[in-house]
Amino acid sequence: MPLLDVRNLRTYFHTRGGITRAVDGVSFHVDKGETLGIVGESGSGKSVTCYSMMGLIPQPPGRIEGGEAIFGGTDLLSCSDEELRSIRGRRVAMIFQDPMTSLNPFMRVEDQLIEPLMIHQDISKADAIKRAIESLEEVGVPEAEKRIRSYPHEFSGGMRQRVMIAMALITKPELLIADEPTTALDVTVQAQILELIANLQKERGMAVVLISHDLGVVAGAADRIMVMYSGKVVETGETESVFYNPRHPYNRALQKSIPSLQQKGEELYTIPGMPPDPTQIVEGCAFAPRCEFADEACKSGLYELKASASEHATSCKRTQNKEIILTPNANG
Amino acid sequence: MIRFILIRLLQAIPVLLIISVVTFAMVRTAPGGPFDQEVKMQDEVKAAIEAHYGLDKSAIEQYFVWLGNALQGDLGPSFKYPNRSVHELIGDAFPVSLELGIWAMLVALTLGVGAGLIASTRPNTSRDYLPMSIAMFGICIPRFVMGPLLILVFSIYLQWYNSSGWFFASDRVLPALTMGIYYAAYVARLTRGGMLEVLGQDYIRTARAKGADEKRIIFKHAFKGGMRPVVSFFGPAMANLLAGSFIVESIFQIPGLGRYFIMAAFNRDYFLIQGTVMTYAVLIIVLNLLADILLVWLSPRLRFD
Repeated sequence: MPLLDVRNLRTYFHTRGGITRAVDGVSFHVDKGETLGIVGESGSGKSVTCYSMMGLIPQPPGRIEGGEAIFGGTDLLSCSDEELRSIRGRRVAMIFQDPMTSLNPFMRVEDQLIEPLMIHQDISKADAIKRAIESLEEVGVPEAEKRIRSYPHEFSGGMRQRVMIAMALITKPELLIADEPTTALDVTVQAQILELIANLQKERGMAVVLISHDLGVVAGAADRIMVMYSGKVVETGETESVFYNPRHPYNRALQKSIPSLQQKGEELYTIPGMPPDPTQIVEGCAFAPRCEFADEACKSGLYELKASASEHATSCKRTQNKEIILTPNANG
Repeated sequence: MIRFILIRLLQAIPVLLIISVVTFAMVRTAPGGPFDQEVKMQDEVKAAIEAHYGLDKSAIEQYFVWLGNALQGDLGPSFKYPNRSVHELIGDAFPVSLELGIWAMLVALTLGVGAGLIASTRPNTSRDYLPMSIAMFGICIPRFVMGPLLILVFSIYLQWYNSSGWFFASDRVLPALTMGIYYAAYVARLTRGGMLEVLGQDYIRTARAKGADEKRIIFKHAFKGGMRPVVSFFGPAMANLLAGSFIVESIFQIPGLGRYFIMAAFNRDYFLIQGTVMTYAVLIIVLNLLADILLVWLSPRLRFD
């Protein structure tokens, strides 16, 4: 049984401009100890998918229209607030994109670090602080005993993200959801943070959902990859397979856009066009208007994920029907 | 921090000097004088009285005499209340206004912060609209309507409180409500706005992700940040509350400071005007400083600048 099993999740935002289908029928699972990477461009629904499971969607305007997210036998989408709170921060933890704004500027790091323990466990404050210092040391914050008394603004961006990680992992959760954990950081710090997450994961056998718009970040860290476009999953499979055997033109286009995979001096590749307006219902494949392989048939009908080989699934009908065979990128 | 307070206190000196000069100049240039009454005084008598009070000297000389005395704690005599010094008058009235102001402030904070918190936790629902509409009422009803209204209900119909006077503890209730409700309405709106802004921040989402419940989120994570607009508003507002209100003091017959502001100006009671204005100026400066200190204490990020 997978640790987390999400089926047909749909989250819509009801705004004045119409209904935004941010997440529209997303299914996936995360096994114990594995890393699932979710990639897609801004607005593809990666973050909303995870926030929906955690009950962090502001409602209204957001509304979870349907689906289920089974975690350890509990449906996170239909359980009581109290039940969800007892899972949130204890068995499933989250870290966020911007460590500058995700820590409370009005509270000492100490009070924020011990909070998950104080909420979820029967523990004295002194013991909680001891655990907090240990977890700060574990994530590589120097002089943890002294630094724990500081406020967030006294830390650098990378150190703040370490604090966030220490805070998320202090209750030894089974699943860590990392929402663009390195996007706001310098490249050198990015690598350190990803390595830190990977190491802690190995030590504890924790599962990780790694959300990123950067295929490069995900490729290095994830066991499996799920590619999202316009609120839907368009391709999913083992990392290697998704990389070397792309089955959806969007995935291939994303790979083509990684600057380091392109010839020096060449103009950087960008996917032409814009993602579709999420308030409009798109007939056919949502990527069709931007797709170099699309034909007339792509602009109508329903598109669903179909596994072709060893759990590698794609929603592209033309690859499903073997009308086109996508090649991995030349320099990949 | 001590440096910050010292700098602010030093800055207060020129401010107070300027205020005293401007007040002095305005009062002296206003038409009429303290001894101009309907029945004209004999010129010799008037000259003698003016000489007694030092009003025959040049304006500049008068100002420096006043300043010298004031620095030694002597604010001069009152013309209207001949046997009493301005110092005594303010000394008697200020504690009354201070007490009333503190009660009114407690009313304002309790009602205002409470209503604001209730509204901010369920924005754009009836739990938000109801307290906010009541607050709008509170802002719109002037105190000279609110006071008599409270007297009508609580003194005349219910007979719970005296309609006026300042003798018993229960005499504090109606004036404090009259003054407090008006400010409570502002505080409620500021609390709501401040809390809503903070509740939309990323770090509140982090707190939710940690499994914190609503109570914890509001009081541990959002309250400090959300109260900043209220604190900035309350510096100057407190000065108004503590300096007394002519209207409320007249309605309830309270021997406070507020009436001197008006009476002194009407009577051209030069030294009393100067005294009340300076008292008010000092109040404003001190309370603004206190509000700023509180703001710095609330925002750790400011502590280092």
